[in-house]
Amino acid sequence: MELLTNVLAATVVAGTPLLLVALGELICERSGVLNLGQEGMMLMGAVAGFVAALTSGSLVVGVAAAILAGIGMSLLFAFMAVSLAANQYAAGLALTIFGTGLSAFLGAGFVGQSIDGFTRVAIPFLSDIPVLGRVLFDQDPLVYLSLMAFAGVAIFLRQTRGGLLLRAVGEDPEAANANGLNVLVLRYLAVAFGGGMAGLAGAYLSLAYTPLWTENMTAGRGWIALALVVFATWRPERVVLGAYLFGAASILHLVLQGLGWKSSTELLAMLPYVVTILMLVLLSWNPGRTRLNTPLSLGQPYRPGR
Amino acid sequence: MLLLERRPVDSSLMRWTSPLLALVLTVTTGFVLFLSMGKDPMDGLKFFFITPISDLMGLAELGLKMAPLLLCAAGLTVCYRAKLWNIGAEGHFLMGALGASIMAVWLVDADGFWVLPVVLLAGTLAGMLWAAVASGLKTHLHCNEILTTIMLNYIALNLLLYVVHGPLKDPYGFGFPQSVMFADSALLPALIPGTRLHLGLAFGLLAAVLVWVLFARSFIGFQLNVVGQDHRAAAFAGFGARRLTWFAFLVGGATAGLAGASEVTGPIGQLVPQVSPGYGYTAIIVVFLGRMHALGIVVASALLALTFIGGEMLQIAMNMPKAVTGLFQGLLLFYLLICDAFIHYRIRLKWPSRQTTIAAKTVTGDA
Repeated sequence: MELLTNVLAATVVAGTPLLLVALGELICERSGVLNLGQEGMMLMGAVAGFVAALTSGSLVVGVAAAILAGIGMSLLFAFMAVSLAANQYAAGLALTIFGTGLSAFLGAGFVGQSIDGFTRVAIPFLSDIPVLGRVLFDQDPLVYLSLMAFAGVAIFLRQTRGGLLLRAVGEDPEAANANGLNVLVLRYLAVAFGGGMAGLAGAYLSLAYTPLWTENMTAGRGWIALALVVFATWRPERVVLGAYLFGAASILHLVLQGLGWKSSTELLAMLPYVVTILMLVLLSWNPGRTRLNTPLSLGQPYRPGR
Repeated sequence: MLLLERRPVDSSLMRWTSPLLALVLTVTTGFVLFLSMGKDPMDGLKFFFITPISDLMGLAELGLKMAPLLLCAAGLTVCYRAKLWNIGAEGHFLMGALGASIMAVWLVDADGFWVLPVVLLAGTLAGMLWAAVASGLKTHLHCNEILTTIMLNYIALNLLLYVVHGPLKDPYGFGFPQSVMFADSALLPALIPGTRLHLGLAFGLLAAVLVWVLFARSFIGFQLNVVGQDHRAAAFAGFGARRLTWFAFLVGGATAGLAGASEVTGPIGQLVPQVSPGYGYTAIIVVFLGRMHALGIVVASALLALTFIGGEMLQIAMNMPKAVTGLFQGLLLFYLLICDAFIHYRIRLKWPSRQTTIAAKTVTGDA
């Protein structure tokens, strides 16, 4: 029981960065924009968060810097993909390559340094619930933030006028435009939200998960999140489940080692990537389901007044 | 007011000046960057672009880095022409290095002219195998190739790390994760004696020629172009998209696999964990910068090879972080895509009269 609780708690921690970045990408894709630059934005968030926290001595400043860095990167993407109507695949890929290079450059002087990252803060009463209390209510503040972000995104999409407008733009930008919506502005906002969330996810890695900076520390999480959003058929609840499933896959090697299994770390480290491919294969069993749920204009640039 | 307006016809002039413009913008940014870091920008640019290739040794190093880039880019060109977004060259490359290394270690006591071809073939096939996985997932299970190839890259990297830390680890290597040195018969001969430049560059140039022949002279190249430009037209013409996908992926896997095999049998001579400084990813930039054209990718691969040795030079001469290479590559691709927008669009300087303002508003929906 003790072990199970600890494993579940570690699963939530490992799944949190994925949850954050996937929620941002979910909003972005719901507006019809596919941003493959998640990995680059996360890396920039991670390095900006770490450097800001180290130099200012404040984790909150670090988180704010990470979010701003993510937004800044996403605006570069929006300029290319939304304003200049560039190919979204190429623009996103460019953002990832650029972010990888820039983050490595900016962080070069900070490799090997460490800070005191976020620590667990138990919520009174709630954390006393058996198992669930430790798993969900005795975590670091960013985990709570990710859960609030989930609730916010779910309510926004389903219950608010803003969510309706966002979905309208993603489904049919022409019709949305005819109804007086400014498609480009809404898409900019959605992309920026995705950037902020990716930056925050990066900060989670460099300020909470492993409080240090190394090149490419995201290790493909931005790409896994992209697959996750498709797998979740663009629904927030499924994104949460998927993120924690991946969290479990990525800590499995620690669990097995804890149980006394002798297996190669490198082979087990493949697991999250293999699971991602398996997930994509599972999707192909029912292509109609994916097609029905895909925002109709996803990936297509929109030029007003063509 | 600046207006972005679609050109009636795409600008072919812009298509070829866009890479040059992107390079100018990147160098300008580099200039500002050096200034902001308190370094002499002229010195910085000289150490990055000129010093590394000012002697024969430097040119040989350039060719050494150019070989894997050009090989990977040649294969990716075939994929991207057909709009197959294969990001997996890095994985194919690593698998090629791994496959060749396993064969070379197995044949470590063998001698004869046949050893090297067998080792290279093993690498090529390993790269093709890895590409076949992505191809099968795409054609039979409709998995997005961007995501599967990225995931396969990470899996290939971990597989290589496992093998180099485990089965292939040299028992007398003082615990370092590396294989035994390959036999001389498994090593690529030098192109210029006395330098590290090896036959891999010739493979790269040959691949570029083959890409040119494929697209200028062959029916399958034509089919790949049509599939890329208009999927429906290709279907009406009866071109098998599935068959073409397999072709493109296997070519991509073969060239990148050969590149990986050439790297371990060329400059390295054994399997080590850091086989690639990201050649497979940089090759993507080469393809875009080289306009998916055979001659273009040759020039672009030389430029991007220069960013690798230029970055090392800056590290030595000016104490800059080596990551300047990645930054330069990222900037270049980024500026390239912005410039590319002006192939399809042009900027119009317009002072709209009152009436057109209203008209524009109704069209854009600002009202």
